[in-house]
Amino acid sequence: MARHVVAAVGEIPPGGRKLVTIRGREIGVFNLDGAYYALINRCPHQGAALCTGAIVSRLEAPMPGEYRLAQPGSMLRCPWHCWEFDIRTGQSWCEPEDVKARSYAVTVEPGERLARGPFVAETVSVAVEEDYVVVTL
Amino acid sequence: MNVALQTPRIERPGEAYLGFVDCDVHPFYRTPADFDPFLSARWREHRQSIGGRSRQGLARTSLYPRMSPGNGMRGDAWPKTGGPPGSDLALMREQLLDLSDVRAGLLAPLVGGAAAERNVEFGAAMAVAVNEWQCAHFCDPEPRLKASVQITLEHEESALAEIEARAGDARFAQVNIPPRGIEPLGRHRYRKILAACAANGFPISLHLGGTSGHASTGGGWPSFYHEEHPSYVQSMQSLVTSLVCEGVFETVPDLKVVLVEGGFAWLPSLAWRLDKHWKRLKAEVPHLRRAPSEYIREHVWVSTQPMEEPERPDDMLRTIEWIGPDRILFSTDYPHWDQDDPRYAFKVRLPEDWARMIYRENAMALYRLD
Ligand code: FES
Repeated sequence: MARHVVAAVGEIPPGGRKLVTIRGREIGVFNLDGAYYALINRCPHQGAALCTGAIVSRLEAPMPGEYRLAQPGSMLRCPWHCWEFDIRTGQSWCEPEDVKARSYAVTVEPGERLARGPFVAETVSVAVEEDYVVVTL
Repeated sequence: MNVALQTPRIERPGEAYLGFVDCDVHPFYRTPADFDPFLSARWREHRQSIGGRSRQGLARTSLYPRMSPGNGMRGDAWPKTGGPPGSDLALMREQLLDLSDVRAGLLAPLVGGAAAERNVEFGAAMAVAVNEWQCAHFCDPEPRLKASVQITLEHEESALAEIEARAGDARFAQVNIPPRGIEPLGRHRYRKILAACAANGFPISLHLGGTSGHASTGGGWPSFYHEEHPSYVQSMQSLVTSLVCEGVFETVPDLKVVLVEGGFAWLPSLAWRLDKHWKRLKAEVPHLRRAPSEYIREHVWVSTQPMEEPERPDDMLRTIEWIGPDRILFSTDYPHWDQDDPRYAFKVRLPEDWARMIYRENAMALYRLD
């Protein structure tokens, strides 16, 4: 396990995402209202590039004719067969018990602490006065 | 890891899928003007100034718009060069033909509007144009792609002429016929066209979808696309039933019918039901000399995508056995949103010989490819 610096805070705006490659693995890092989440860029259904899909709300209907948009912007819709996954957990909407996209721990850390190491920052240069998005993998 | 959860859900077919024949590939135009070089001045002007008159109540949209942009396109299949998915041969090669070393791809052009055109003479002109366009844009530069002859079923004379014109041209593998017609396909009015397909060595392929202007279910118009989707299967069922009951396979014994994208798990139970009633109602259909299931077994092929997914994955093997592993053709449906990746389409491991047949050999034999 190592800490990988993937972006400076501010580089990924709320509702935005960044695709990064860590140890050969493509990972999507998402900003949901200031909280960061990371999912593998591979759909557990048939393998499409999940993290390139549309970000949508969770549409719930307690009964026919009653709809509510819950958790705005928290679901990722696969670009192939439209299965939807919770960005925060990787859980699938259709089969939450069985189907899950791999998720990774994300933290925000000050450059000052990172400077004490160890960390990996292949594409991001770390300055002590900034905060960074860090994926542990 | 994903893998731990995937294992019970997805079975890899070993390497058997490599070099497969894809029985459902959708080419698309960059703009409708791509057809213009293949239309006479009379019809080119008609297309530009009047346009199509489809047998449906809405213009420039489908009756059940899909949720993926482009009316149901795979999200990552939009070419960087512009144009819609399916319009860029280089991307089609990268995402499909070269990726899995596809041996041959059968084109199913759902473009041009010839099938459902009310102005049948314009429909006939568009059918010819789409046939020329398939060759010029796809089959000539990429000989692995095989064209499907487009016709206008409601204009017999032009349909017969087009079938004959394409006969013997190795770029064309089959004739496309819409599964939703004005009348059931077995009706006598369509018989000459079916006979011409068989006489010229063309299987007919019926690709799900389209509209005839009739409500899409026997019970009226559905509300949701989720509901419309199984109604495509009902159209397939009506069509198989009509072909059998009208005695088409008696009068056109060489006719080969390929049902594309309509699933297949329903086929055995339909055959059982037809057999049961044939025993009771023989006097009404004395022209059926054999049990309906025998005609179906002999004359009907089915493509895989999007296949049913039984709760117990092994039940798929039994279903294939009932239909006949020699009658099932692998298809991806690229570049539509619900297309299958050949590695993950089956949720059960196929016996090696079945996999070879389904991924490749059945289509090679049916379409005489080599
Ligand atoms: S590959 Fe993602 S939903 Fe099928």
